[in-house]
Amino acid sequence: MAELSAILEGVLAKYSLVVAFAVVGGTIWFSYFLSARLTKGRLHGSAIAILIGLIAAYIGGVVTGGQKGVADVIGMSGIGIMGGAMLRDLAIVATAFGVRMEEFRKTGISGIVSLFAGVFVSFFVGACVAYAFGYRDAVSMTTIGGGAATYIVGPVTGTALGASSEVLALSVAAGLVKSILVMTMTPFVAKYIGLNNPRSALIFGGLMGTTSGVAGGLAATDPKLVPYGAMTATFYTALGCLLGPTLIFIVIRAIV
Amino acid sequence: MAIYGTALLSLCLLAGLIIGKLLGWAVSEFFGLDVGFTPNLGGVGIAMLLLIVFSEKMQRVGRLKPPSEQGILFWSSIYIPVVVAMAASQNVLKALKGGWAAVIAGALAVVVCFALVPAISRLGQSDDPTND
Repeated sequence: MAELSAILEGVLAKYSLVVAFAVVGGTIWFSYFLSARLTKGRLHGSAIAILIGLIAAYIGGVVTGGQKGVADVIGMSGIGIMGGAMLRDLAIVATAFGVRMEEFRKTGISGIVSLFAGVFVSFFVGACVAYAFGYRDAVSMTTIGGGAATYIVGPVTGTALGASSEVLALSVAAGLVKSILVMTMTPFVAKYIGLNNPRSALIFGGLMGTTSGVAGGLAATDPKLVPYGAMTATFYTALGCLLGPTLIFIVIRAIV
Repeated sequence: MAIYGTALLSLCLLAGLIIGKLLGWAVSEFFGLDVGFTPNLGGVGIAMLLLIVFSEKMQRVGRLKPPSEQGILFWSSIYIPVVVAMAASQNVLKALKGGWAAVIAGALAVVVCFALVPAISRLGQSDDPTND
């Protein structure tokens, strides 16, 4: 018996990416089954799959105490490879295949406006919340504001400004909350914010900025919109990293 | 052959990432910023533009045959499963443990930005009557 489990573990660990394909495939089949049976297709199968993924990530975190959700569970490390930056970016770029150049040209300016608006508004909102919770120095406010942009902008800004580790952790948490909310809420609010065409998807990506949130949220809303939102979102984190420790910090320091 | 399409896709991604890094480096140098690492200035977005431009050109001259296209379409169709795997490897526990300051900061940013989508969509729409 011990031998059997050792053999099983050996195969699962060695072929982790293959395990991930099988597990994710099964999860998606189950999600579409639930979508059709329980919600009569109203809640999209991929939205359910993403929710199941997030719940599994939570359980994985509780059980293992690790940082990579379910990917820290023995035999599941392939999920981390499959959902990691390398394959994610390859798949995102592939979605652009078949998109016509004019679609982007038409919305060029609105896309840029949405990017700047998204970065500034997120920093502003995050800094205000930080202030309300008693983090009233410019460094902490800017760092938590960065977290409200994305969970990469927050720690990058905080590290550049020399924020405390408590504030850094807060900013990462704020960014994760944002990413998860965008993933799960987008299909529900899409109707109300007119998110049903390439133009609004492009603007949506620029405003939200969290690549994982936008990628997941749009996939669960309408997969055809993914390339447009993902396109602008990929510029967001870079813009936030550049503006956060510089212009935005200077402005916040001047105010408080 | 499918690998031709996948190779084109991979080359576009690599080129985009390198261009993004170079841009990030140039901008940080120009403004004298030091954020501790070189930010990638939209590498993936640039890669998407490259793929659109190159695949359009190759299709027009008949150099991208349907079997090669399969090598790109596969990755595009595997996109949602990849996103599910990504969701499953997020640090959800930490997000929920961050306390109310983190939850409110993140949630409020989402609500405000959701509200801004229709506002910015309306901007500049009048000069393009073909867009509805």
